[in-house]
Amino acid sequence: MKAYSLFKKDIQSELRTRYAINALVMFILVTISVILFSIGSEKISEYLTGGLLWVVIFFSAMSGLSRAFVSEEERGTVMTLHLIASPNTVFTGKLLFNLILVFAMNIVIALLYSLIFDSFVLKNLSLFIVAFILGNIGIASSSTIIAAIIAKAGSKGTLYPVLSFPILLPLILTLLELTKFSIDGASIGESYVELTVLICYNVVILTASFLLFDFIWKD
Amino acid sequence: MVWKSILFLLMAFVIIAGISFPIVEHPALWYQFPIIPGLEEKAKIIFFHVPTSWLTVIAFLTSTIYSVQYLRKKDLDDDAKAYAAAQIGIIFCILATVTGSIWAKFNWGSFWNWDPRETSIFMLLLIYGAFFALRSAIEVEEKKASLSAVYSIIAFVTVPFFIFIMPRIMTGLHPGSANDTNAGPVVNFKMNSNMLLVFFLSLAAFTILFFWMWRLNYKSIIYKDKLTKKLV
Repeated sequence: MKAYSLFKKDIQSELRTRYAINALVMFILVTISVILFSIGSEKISEYLTGGLLWVVIFFSAMSGLSRAFVSEEERGTVMTLHLIASPNTVFTGKLLFNLILVFAMNIVIALLYSLIFDSFVLKNLSLFIVAFILGNIGIASSSTIIAAIIAKAGSKGTLYPVLSFPILLPLILTLLELTKFSIDGASIGESYVELTVLICYNVVILTASFLLFDFIWKD
Repeated sequence: MVWKSILFLLMAFVIIAGISFPIVEHPALWYQFPIIPGLEEKAKIIFFHVPTSWLTVIAFLTSTIYSVQYLRKKDLDDDAKAYAAAQIGIIFCILATVTGSIWAKFNWGSFWNWDPRETSIFMLLLIYGAFFALRSAIEVEEKKASLSAVYSIIAFVTVPFFIFIMPRIMTGLHPGSANDTNAGPVVNFKMNSNMLLVFFLSLAAFTILFFWMWRLNYKSIIYKDKLTKKLV
């Protein structure tokens, strides 16, 4: 329950300043428009739009998700959190916040994307939605633990994508494959292996994060 | 001293055997290797390229084991060991990438094909790179040690997807991929017993090489540390 109140506190302070939301929205707009400018009037293939979608999602995630822990360090509220909550609670709260943020951001991106790109047609929408949900959970959980490392490391901005990319790469490659499948219209049964890889990834990352967060948090 | 002489003998044998033993159509003598269609002389890369990537994984494993050890006991010596292993690891990771890439140019036609195994070694390079970037960003010793330990453990639990699962379930160019019809598990693909012997000796030699280099590197890190502390 404490985790939930921590999550509520994060949502409230976010709604007050709207720092992460504003940065994210602007970032999404900027990335999509850069892609649009570079495409021009060219007609691009379906597979390419599927790939570019995850490029936009990856970089937007990198721009906003480190806030969860960095903001605590900046405001100097880490000590208070140490006093009132156990590491697990803190991590759960932050994870919930990042999950909401990732889901909101990626739904906006996906909707915008399907409006803008005509060639982005998903023949099997349900497969894409399953992959999308699993992928979002994976992105949120691995970026939360990396954000915790970054917040303690001092140099906040540049290191975040550097550290996250290798960890997220298995996830992103599987998601790319699944997007390709859903563009082709493959059934969920046919992409069983990739979906299992996604589930395994999520379980592994979540378990590792909960086990290791103690060591990051208590320094 | 014993290990060093064993290493010398093994390495010398592997290098001589790997490079100079002839590849003939019908191997009759003990030192002749059989022809593998499509590879011919190029098959000899297996004696050097595979052990190099093997060493990379061992180094990564060692680094993770000592990271876990550090988190348990908070002994900075363990951190130095993990760091030393990672340093050896990245050198051999680069070597494996470069040798494989040059070989791919001659056998598969281009330096880089994004074959699943190439993706996985690229991924290892990125992880090592990120690990060193993280270490260089933190000043305080204890913080540096614990954060990089946590990072290397997280990286280690996601890497198996790449090194051990992906190359086997996806189609690719390396032996052991999903579309490789004439090969079973990686080891028994058309190597005869003398080739296997040289291959396993090479693996053993590279494993000893790793532990030797790792110890040396660990000692040099400790001495460097002592020297800087004396200067300050």
